[in-house]
Amino acid sequence: MARAEATAAANPEAEFPASGRAVDSATAERQKKFYHDMLLIRRFEEKAGQLYGMGLIGGFCHLYIGQEAVVVGMQATLEPKDQVITTYRDHGHMLAAGMDPSGVMAELTGRSSGYSKGKGGSMHMFSREKNFFGGHGIVGANVPIGTGLAFANRYLRNGAVCITYFGDGAANQGQVFESFNMAALWKLPVVYVIENNQYAMGTAIRRSTAEVELFKRGSADDIPGEPVDGMDVEKVYEAGRKAVQWTREGKGPYVLEMKTYRYRGHSMSDPAKYRTREEVQQMREKHDPIDTFGARLVRNGVMRDDELKAVDREIRQTINHAAEFATDSPEPSPDELYTDVLK
Amino acid sequence: MTQILMPALSPTMEEGKLAKWNVKEGDTVKPGDVLAEIETDKATMEFEAVDAGRVAKILVPEGSEGVKVNTPIAELRQEGEESDAPPARVPATETKSIKQGAGPRPVEMHKPVPVRTPEKAVDRAAALPEEIPSGAEFVTMTVRDALRDALAEEMRRDDTVFLMGEEVAQYQGAYKVSQGLLEEFGDRRVIDTPITEQGFAGLGVGAAFGGLRPIIEFMTFNFAMQAIDQLVNSAAKTLYMSGGQMGCPIVFRGPNGPAARVAAQHSQDYSSWYAHVPGLKVVSPYFAADAKGLLKAAVRDPNPVIFLENEIVYGRSFPVPKLDDFVLPIGKARVIREGSGVTLVAHSISVGLIMDAAEELAKEGIEAELIDLRTLRPLDAETVIRSVKKTNRVVTVEQGWPVCSIGSEIAALVADEAFDYLDAPPSRVTGKDVPMPYAANLEKLALPSIADVVSAAKRVCYR
Repeated sequence: MARAEATAAANPEAEFPASGRAVDSATAERQKKFYHDMLLIRRFEEKAGQLYGMGLIGGFCHLYIGQEAVVVGMQATLEPKDQVITTYRDHGHMLAAGMDPSGVMAELTGRSSGYSKGKGGSMHMFSREKNFFGGHGIVGANVPIGTGLAFANRYLRNGAVCITYFGDGAANQGQVFESFNMAALWKLPVVYVIENNQYAMGTAIRRSTAEVELFKRGSADDIPGEPVDGMDVEKVYEAGRKAVQWTREGKGPYVLEMKTYRYRGHSMSDPAKYRTREEVQQMREKHDPIDTFGARLVRNGVMRDDELKAVDREIRQTINHAAEFATDSPEPSPDELYTDVLK
Repeated sequence: MTQILMPALSPTMEEGKLAKWNVKEGDTVKPGDVLAEIETDKATMEFEAVDAGRVAKILVPEGSEGVKVNTPIAELRQEGEESDAPPARVPATETKSIKQGAGPRPVEMHKPVPVRTPEKAVDRAAALPEEIPSGAEFVTMTVRDALRDALAEEMRRDDTVFLMGEEVAQYQGAYKVSQGLLEEFGDRRVIDTPITEQGFAGLGVGAAFGGLRPIIEFMTFNFAMQAIDQLVNSAAKTLYMSGGQMGCPIVFRGPNGPAARVAAQHSQDYSSWYAHVPGLKVVSPYFAADAKGLLKAAVRDPNPVIFLENEIVYGRSFPVPKLDDFVLPIGKARVIREGSGVTLVAHSISVGLIMDAAEELAKEGIEAELIDLRTLRPLDAETVIRSVKKTNRVVTVEQGWPVCSIGSEIAALVADEAFDYLDAPPSRVTGKDVPMPYAANLEKLALPSIADVVSAAKRVCYR
């Protein structure tokens, strides 16, 4: 944990208001789960990157490394009946929703035991059981769909809310504005989570976006919005709780702009010439959501350093098993070509 | 003396009902005064005076139905005019829609609107699917009302069915298809949207994922181009991409194809666009009974269904069986006239065209067999092939463009599966390969005509 301690030392104490504060057992349990879930996503994505390099995963593969705090913090605010939908940088969302890492990995390798029987791939996976509604490959197209899930919740009066994630690139899509208007007009139970990782593929936000404070995007429709430090899982959780409660109470949609950062390229084939190595290095060293949070847990006495390491060992085992499962599973049968076109 | 003429209130209006006179003979009127209320099959409109004067004579009494556009309906004497001056004909005066403030017009649900039968008596047998049990009673109604009844029946049956689109609720439907539904089902289930096709089409897909059965109306399918990504990428593909987990039970419906005099951006037939896409079902009926039975089937189908209607066909009347629950299978074409000389294949409004062409051909001794495709995906190849094996000749007719058309598909299908039976190459009659022009004469040239069909049929018969 030398690295985590060094990170903590490099940060002003003001960034860690929880430092030294004793936490109750429920909070401690939640925090341990945060750490576990973020690390699970990190190790999963690292392994996916490896498998891609070995040619076992094909096509587009967008890794979530660096952004883990966003989905882990948000997921903790939800009830099982609530829905989640996102675009294509979706592996983290699926793991946070409780989907099986082996099934997700096997979909990445295009095998029959994957969540979509190998027919969806990295960008198109779903779990009815976990209320995860994809995994959509078209930038911004999931936003009206998430709004429609919220519409169904209101229509059925089931008390559920839908978390609709999208990125800073998608935020400029026309259908996002169309969705905001309808969600506000009909007071739909939806929280729009904009994951602002600063780059729409290779275009820095300042080069594509006139108003870079994306939390203001709903203001024309009178939708409340706020910026959140998306590198801090506890801040995400607190903001998420407020937003989910707001929309569950029937007050309409809410916008959260998560300021976050992805360490890897847009997809595996991205040479990342649009930003400096130093910029990435700076974020990793000073703001890594897992290292900083781990250091905080140690400082606050929630977990010991050796406990963090034990969590990592256990996760690596899970991920290795997932990778084996994903590479050992058979490819889909040729008969599957023509199934699932129509019900 | 000025003659006031029956106004045309929409691009496709040919006649209407003079519902009410708001003035009587001898009244003085000034510009802007409401003279009368005109009812079309789409809307009731107030009809205002353009000129000042005195109403000298009312020529068409109120309550008259089927008053042709441009029929003189009254005479106006303008100030200082000689009483015996010859009447000058003035075209339609300004009209405006009746204000919402006046309250929605009372709507008679479930009662077929009385409609004049089309000029040409429709062959009763042709208009009725063979799936109807013998002994069923029939009522004549417009395609519009048949569609409305189908929507209402499905909404009564299943609370998760809802209708959403532009002007479907308070306005009663831009083409009056949803007339009366708001009154019966309320604004939870009949929902006016903003003019944001991509947004509400995607919202419909999400609602279908979330357990509802949305019916999304496009005011016309021209506007669905704004939303086609949601129809193809989200609605059609998600079942496959999810390995069978998801499914999207949704109907996208509305008028498709050219209307009249609305030019290129509002006159296009999207049949082959949607028929191209695996994961969609595409239905495009002509007769009222098919429209009703297939729309009910579309709402119940667990897959996304593109339901292509036709604005001009909305007002045509055909017999519809009086059955409590009349549902037809999607994916079945129908032979509407048997013959041995040549097979004519069409869907939607072009079915009317091949029926007219068949009469012409009969006069020349060619007995055409007519097929109404009804569904474009899955295409009922079997019915087409069976007919071609009998007649050995085929002509396809549609309003869409020729390249990669429904006719192209049928020609390829016939070449694949009935090549040895063909006595002539398959022939396609289509809309011309140009954007739709506005000018009346050019528009007519751009669309397939009876003469085009007759000529193609004779060509494949070597006559």
